[in-house]
Amino acid sequence: MATPMLRWCCPGRRWIFAGIGGGSRHGRGVPTGSTSSGKKGQSSVAQQPLITAQKPRKGEREWAAVVGLEIHAQIASNSKLFSGSQVDFAAPPNSLVSFFDASLPGTLPVLNRRCVEAAVMTGLALDCHINRKSLFDRKHYFYADLPAGYQITQQRLPIAVNGSLAYSVCVGKRWSQMVTRTVGVKQIQLEQDSGKSLHDNLRSQTLIDLNRAGVGLLEVVLEPDMSCGEEAAAAVRELQLILQALGTSQANMAEGQLRVDANISVHHPGEPLGVRTEVKNLNSARFLAKAIDYEIQRQISELENGGKILNETRSFDYKLGCTVPMRDKEGKQDYRFMPEPNLPPLLLYDSGSLPTGADPQQVIDIDQLRERLPELPRVTREKLVRQYGMLPEHSFALLNEVGLLEFFQNVIKETRAEPKKVTSWVLNTFLGFLKQQNLAVSESPVTPSALAELLDLLDRKAISSSAAKQVFEELWRSKGKTPAQMVAEKKLELMQDAEALEQLCRSMLEAHPQVVTDVKKGNPRAINKLIGLVRRATLGRADPTVIKEVLERQLSS
Amino acid sequence: MWTRAVWLGLRAAAGGRRGFTSKADPQGSRQVTAELIEHLERLALVDFSSQEAVARLEKAIAFADRLRAMDTDGVEPKESVLEDRCLYLSSDNVVEGNCAEELLQNSHRGVEEYFVASPGNISWPKLDEKEPFSHH
Repeated sequence: MATPMLRWCCPGRRWIFAGIGGGSRHGRGVPTGSTSSGKKGQSSVAQQPLITAQKPRKGEREWAAVVGLEIHAQIASNSKLFSGSQVDFAAPPNSLVSFFDASLPGTLPVLNRRCVEAAVMTGLALDCHINRKSLFDRKHYFYADLPAGYQITQQRLPIAVNGSLAYSVCVGKRWSQMVTRTVGVKQIQLEQDSGKSLHDNLRSQTLIDLNRAGVGLLEVVLEPDMSCGEEAAAAVRELQLILQALGTSQANMAEGQLRVDANISVHHPGEPLGVRTEVKNLNSARFLAKAIDYEIQRQISELENGGKILNETRSFDYKLGCTVPMRDKEGKQDYRFMPEPNLPPLLLYDSGSLPTGADPQQVIDIDQLRERLPELPRVTREKLVRQYGMLPEHSFALLNEVGLLEFFQNVIKETRAEPKKVTSWVLNTFLGFLKQQNLAVSESPVTPSALAELLDLLDRKAISSSAAKQVFEELWRSKGKTPAQMVAEKKLELMQDAEALEQLCRSMLEAHPQVVTDVKKGNPRAINKLIGLVRRATLGRADPTVIKEVLERQLSS
Repeated sequence: MWTRAVWLGLRAAAGGRRGFTSKADPQGSRQVTAELIEHLERLALVDFSSQEAVARLEKAIAFADRLRAMDTDGVEPKESVLEDRCLYLSSDNVVEGNCAEELLQNSHRGVEEYFVASPGNISWPKLDEKEPFSHH
């Protein structure tokens, strides 16, 4: 492998594809260096490291990091996984709790069909094998927010196994180089969420709210195919987009609908894998990569100083920016897994195996679900690239912001301007304004129609691009006027009178013989002065490129 | 520690019992050690507070061990007596909940509408902190 020897890869970097550089992109294909270690499990050097951090000092050996993830996504359903109480984020404490959720004696679990469908759809989207038979188990541990003393999960035989998730990361110094990577999906299982604990340290007590207890979760286990925080964050981001596109989870990390635990270890390439630690509850998209990279660096430092890594559980302290050991995990947890005695095996069917005369409500047909799968983000992006000739990183940017793709498509519908122009305006100007004022697309003061109209004016060469930017700013600030009205008001229309322009240029040349001599002597920048003068004379209503053309033509004659 | 002597004594008394043998390990006889008792106590939050209780445990294990007398070679294990039943799927409708007051009546303590628990997890004294076993 012709990789420069490096300390370890991936200095932490934001994975959001912000700020596409405008202007001249020379047509260049995207290097799809897809280094997939697929489902081989842990390989000694998992991936081609991304960025050279620093050259190792003499005598030092390089390190490779191995990162696996366990992601819990709350299923978007009306009721819980095994009971008929409501799933809702904000409600009075303990108001969305049934007798079963509170683990009162005599209650039994009843499986929610919607949750099973969500699991199958997610499995299909991640190219998993869907197990026609899967089983439920009890995982025992004591905690106040787990009233039953066990969680119903799928330990022996989960609903989906052996899939893969493709995601993209930026390599190199420029945002524009993107590479596709793949991480294996070990399994997807259905399980219950626990309640919430609110620690009241003042009164030395813990308040328990069981509203969340029993809510359906999809646990997605990603193989340790990732090698740094950036890759992990990109994989999580793509999973988030997939879940949102499928509608199986809103996957909002801030609201706790998507939680990530990371398993991290380091080793020297070629040597066996190191001891791993588990970093729990990485619940912020922003800090995910940071936390993982911190832990990797901590392990490297520890080992280089002759220390040892303990197989322990840690959590990320957001304030201090470091991982700390978690309380109360004396030795290994023994969950005493046992089959859930109240639930028969979950059987799924396909079109070939559907039992005849069965109640459709009681039967789940995998093929039917596959047919109804919504378009996945990967496919949407490919279509955008094909249809509009945009660069892959543009398609990522469009899908990365809620509502942005729709906005873009609405503008395209109403304007005659070229797609490339629209892409540039939406991703640079429009998105730039949104970000500056921290607004969502839905809160934009500029509508797709307004932007479309503006781009039409630009396309017709009725205004110059600098005038267009001015108008856009105006549109953003004040409502009620159309672009055309603004252009008229501010007299921003381009001079359409070619003859008048010729005249103006000629007179300008006559008035500045010294500059003319400079240009003729071969100073190419001298002409800019003339262009500036003409522009001012036209009150900014002539396109600088056109002025330049005219002047150059006149000078050479 | 003095408890170990007690266990060894018990084992000798029981005599000839197979104890925790796995099928794959015919000779190994895992004794019910003090550490194991402590581990089980912590896992299940059960207090084996007397020798009698432990003896009862050993008898229970011996009783269950008789299952190994069956030859189950080539037989697919059953996991549940419900295996042949159909797993009922409910439609995704909200039909329960909204009974906070009723649920909280079960609770010893409450704060507003929250259940109250002691901070941290359920603590368990370490082995050497515990009272020695007493005879009941």
